[in-house]
Amino acid sequence: MHSFGYRANALLTFAVTILAFICAIASFSDNFSNQTPSAQIQILNINWFQKQPHGNDEVSLTLNITADLQSLFTWNTKQVFAFVAAEYKTSKNSLNQVSLWDAIIPEKEQANFWIQISNKYRFIDQGHNLRGKEFNLTLHWHVMPKTGKMFADKIVMSGYRLPNAYR
Amino acid sequence: MGLVGETVDSIKSIKIRQLLTQAVTLGMIVTSALIIWKALMCVTGTESPVVVVLSGSMEPGFKRGDILFLTMTKDPIRTGEIVVFNVDGRDIPIVHRAIKVHERENTGHVDVLTKGDNNDVDDIGLYADGQFWLHRHHIMGRAVGFLPYVGWVTIIMSEKPIIKYILIGALGLLVITSKD
Repeated sequence: MHSFGYRANALLTFAVTILAFICAIASFSDNFSNQTPSAQIQILNINWFQKQPHGNDEVSLTLNITADLQSLFTWNTKQVFAFVAAEYKTSKNSLNQVSLWDAIIPEKEQANFWIQISNKYRFIDQGHNLRGKEFNLTLHWHVMPKTGKMFADKIVMSGYRLPNAYR
Repeated sequence: MGLVGETVDSIKSIKIRQLLTQAVTLGMIVTSALIIWKALMCVTGTESPVVVVLSGSMEPGFKRGDILFLTMTKDPIRTGEIVVFNVDGRDIPIVHRAIKVHERENTGHVDVLTKGDNNDVDDIGLYADGQFWLHRHHIMGRAVGFLPYVGWVTIIMSEKPIIKYILIGALGLLVITSKD
């Protein structure tokens, strides 16, 4: 009962149990953080809007994104993954979500930002339904913890509209 | 002569009983591990409730050797979700994020495009030839939780199988030589 093997085994089991317990508590504590993120997106310019040779509409936009995601960071946060997606409905598809831009925010200080870029990923429709289309721009975030449960949420901004004609 | 014979017989019988008990105990341990695994599969709704991250395509969020906990509910797939999928013909699951989703009216059929956070291009190059979208049946689960570093044990055991044999051999030796 007192050999090295038994002692090592007991120590290891105890250490692993405590570690698992600490990870669970760390993750659980994330439920208590008060989160008040805010964001605004402006479409500065429609760079071009065309029907591609394969028949699908494509549009290129310049976006101005302002956001304050600092309240999402807790001591158990490794990074926050933020992305902007355009959401719209067509006659063929009940929902289309196209990610236009994303960023990895590793630290709280970098979570209050202002950026002006053209869309990082191509905004291509399945079809040619985008003329005059109304769409929402949604800022999603995904909080990736140092250990435990991941949280995701979003802010929906509506009222954006594509031009009626190609340009 | 009779005494020696009796002693030899009693020693032999104890050994057999002890061996049988040890074999049954080992069987019980293996079976309960299997039961826990199958129960996890039922609760989470996916065939592999735990996966190990094998590549660096989701860094810095998920590094090689991390463990991901997956679930699969009937909820529709939406952008931003980290999905685990199998490409037709390959059996290594890939863990990437959905960046485009097109869901059909009525049928609920969905086309999904994925990309690793740390990759520059989307996953079209990873899909089968001529495939541009993932469909629901390719997707095995969504990642909901994560534990760092724990998966290294699995990676080491699959990349250097000699360690697996050493471990099993040592465990077997321990079982046989332990007195209870």
